[in-house]
Amino acid sequence: MKLRIKFAKTGVMRFVGHLDVMRYFQKAIRRAGIDIAYSGGFSPHQIMSFAAPLGLGLQSRGEYMDIEVNSYTSSEDMKQRLNQTMVPGMEVLSVTMLGDQEKNAMASVAAAEYSVRFRKGCEPDFDWVSRLKLFYDKPSVMVTKQTKKSRLEVDLKPAIYSLSVSESASDGRDRAEIRMFVDASSAGNVKPRMILEAFLAENGRTLDEAALEITREDTYTNTGTAEQPVFVPLDAVGRAF
Amino acid sequence: MTKQYRESVDMEKLALSDEILLKIEKPARYIGNEVNSVTKEKSRVAIRIGMCFPDVYEIGMSHLGIQILYDMFNSFEDVWCERVYSPWVDLDRIMRQNHIPLFGLESQEPVKRMDFLAITIQYEMCYTNILQVLDLSGIPLMAEERTWEDPIVIGGGPCVYNPEPLAVFFDIFYIGEGETRYRELLDLYKASRSRGDSRKEFLRKAAGLPGMYVPCFYEVSYREDGTILAMEPMEEGIPAKITKEIEMNVSDTYYPRKPVVPFIKVTQDRVVLEIQRGCIRGCRFCQAGQVYRPVRERDVEMLKEYAVSMLENTGHEEISLSSLSSSDYSRLPELIGFLIEECRKKKINISLPSLRIDAFSLDVMSKVQDVKKSSLTFAPEAGSQRLRNVINKGLTEDVILKGAAMAFQGGWTRVKLYFMLGLPGETEEDIRGIADLCNKIAAAFFENVPKDKRVNGKVQIVASTSFFVPKPFTPFQWSGMCTKEEFLDKAHLTRVRIREQLNQKSIKYNWHEADVSVLEGVLARGDRKISRVILKAYEKGCIFDAWSEYFRNDLWMEAFEECGIDIGFYTSRERTPEEVFPWDFIDCGVTREFLLREWQKAVAETGTPNCRVQCQGCGANRFGGGVCFE
Repeated sequence: MKLRIKFAKTGVMRFVGHLDVMRYFQKAIRRAGIDIAYSGGFSPHQIMSFAAPLGLGLQSRGEYMDIEVNSYTSSEDMKQRLNQTMVPGMEVLSVTMLGDQEKNAMASVAAAEYSVRFRKGCEPDFDWVSRLKLFYDKPSVMVTKQTKKSRLEVDLKPAIYSLSVSESASDGRDRAEIRMFVDASSAGNVKPRMILEAFLAENGRTLDEAALEITREDTYTNTGTAEQPVFVPLDAVGRAF
Repeated sequence: MTKQYRESVDMEKLALSDEILLKIEKPARYIGNEVNSVTKEKSRVAIRIGMCFPDVYEIGMSHLGIQILYDMFNSFEDVWCERVYSPWVDLDRIMRQNHIPLFGLESQEPVKRMDFLAITIQYEMCYTNILQVLDLSGIPLMAEERTWEDPIVIGGGPCVYNPEPLAVFFDIFYIGEGETRYRELLDLYKASRSRGDSRKEFLRKAAGLPGMYVPCFYEVSYREDGTILAMEPMEEGIPAKITKEIEMNVSDTYYPRKPVVPFIKVTQDRVVLEIQRGCIRGCRFCQAGQVYRPVRERDVEMLKEYAVSMLENTGHEEISLSSLSSSDYSRLPELIGFLIEECRKKKINISLPSLRIDAFSLDVMSKVQDVKKSSLTFAPEAGSQRLRNVINKGLTEDVILKGAAMAFQGGWTRVKLYFMLGLPGETEEDIRGIADLCNKIAAAFFENVPKDKRVNGKVQIVASTSFFVPKPFTPFQWSGMCTKEEFLDKAHLTRVRIREQLNQKSIKYNWHEADVSVLEGVLARGDRKISRVILKAYEKGCIFDAWSEYFRNDLWMEAFEECGIDIGFYTSRERTPEEVFPWDFIDCGVTREFLLREWQKAVAETGTPNCRVQCQGCGANRFGGGVCFE
């Protein structure tokens, strides 16, 4: 039986890297007594796969992993059992069951929604809110991609499904918040940082390493077609049990 | 959007900014918050302790002793114990540049605010890191300059069996096992603080507790030749002799049911079950084998119960047994049988410590590991039977060859061998013995495994040598140590001899750095005069000396030179039976008379039977338990 687990990774946990989060969940699943399936061989591994790695320093309220189990109780019970073993900053948000035809979490990822803020003291020193809107309204968003062999000019615009700025953030904080909904598929993954780097470069500025506070709000899969996508959160294709 | 999202951690809580954390290697070393780490309400505790392992997080987190003491301290309602590790070199630089004080992982608050900074001292090559930790904490390096603004700095661990090179940097050394006296020390501290005692007055009272060595109350006088004339208490009421502390009931004492589970991969990333303390063997080079006497076994039922609950509470996928010589644990078959059964159900790996190779251990190993991928380990330590008698290593060539033959028949093809070079009285013949033994083991493979059954057609023998460093409280504490040149000559000769062997293509040889061993030798048997060298080396930039990429022998040599300290006085000089050692004020249970007897037997190339075969009257039976009263 394949289960999909949605979790949030916030607070100090943003400094725990992707591989360590995998290790963390391997141990959490043992602590919670989940009857996970193992591979064969002398050192059996839990059958587990993650959707999209999250960069160091980023928070997320919509991370996903799939696990294979031998037996199960109920969505609510398994969520609770897992949450009893979590550290502050890690929280399981849902446990759903996947149909046999569903693709695994990683292959399912099509898009992601991010909220981005400039860290206090790192806000650009110009009227960036209105200029960012203008920047996005243009027909193309050109960024330079450095590959091993060459520098490539790429237009990100088709991969940015929406971008908006609210002067006061949704949670009532005082700093403006950028919301963006972007392509997150393996072929065309867009990182929020790339967009803001291009924006600042156009304005003659550079982006400091730690200037952004980025939260992945959710990760989405496409249940429509390539031409007419229908994006739903990754756990919407599973069902509660 | 409906999100059951819990803003559980204050994002601004960390001691380091995002900018710094994103710039350094492995930021998860510094954020705390791990599973089973303990957070308490500051206002509800009377005493805060920073428990420090002065090396990088991955090493410090792998240490069992700290996990035991962390668990013990936090079981006291009035105490909050946090962990402190050496910031790695990248962060060290940033903290110095930006004047960021060193912090405890749990509270993320400066170490300086704590009542105690307890430092475990596990090896000599971490001494400069102790100074790093003090320095970054903003605590004066010299104990005499500290005030009540500073935590009480207390040292423990194996190196405090000769604390003298570090004496000026510590307020107190706790000699022996930590389970026994900390509660009394903490109560004394609380009483002293509420009475308004001076810091010195508190230390004076602490010096009256068993096991506590408070160096500022002792004076050392020297002879003209540089050796010690006497070490004496400067005040009435300060004990002249300090007996090590020992936990005699190891089956009913502090042991963590919920050890902290690190986020990042650490060296010892598994449940560790300490099955016994001490060792019956009495190898003459081994300090642990003497100072942890007598052997005390933990009750097998306790171990089974802890194994289950520690695995449940951590989620670790591996469990390992810990002791100096696990094969000597009397209930080993029962314990391993239980673990194999339990771990098969839960898909947990069992990592076995180096067991003596025999039919039992080979059977067990074939059950818990992939024979094709694993290797066998022998530690003959010396190449000839003569020299093995000198060091009292009761492993014979016959036993090794029989074990290897059995293993080869069982499918193993890889053998690791550990030797020491520079043992007292070592000759070229003994070194040739190393090569011969390697060759004979390779030959045993070809004799025992028919051609068509050989995996890849070959056997792989890896021989490693380390350089012998005499340690306090061993029969070899009187022995001279080789110079760097002698060490390197011996390593060269070993290589030449191995290359001469018929089966040399099956043998790989590794040897250790010699500079570090020489320095280790000075620090191990050093006196108070060495503290100036340590300070100077640190000021010149030495830290992480245990890491070859950061070890700066040139700076250390400058420091010795500038302090006018002759290295040979501490290393190559053989001591007379009468010489007063810097560590003589410590009573570790084993008597000086016994050690001297063993030294003389070593010179006479005579072995000594182990504790279970025949009591040698070492003195440890006065603790009234363990193997002495089986």
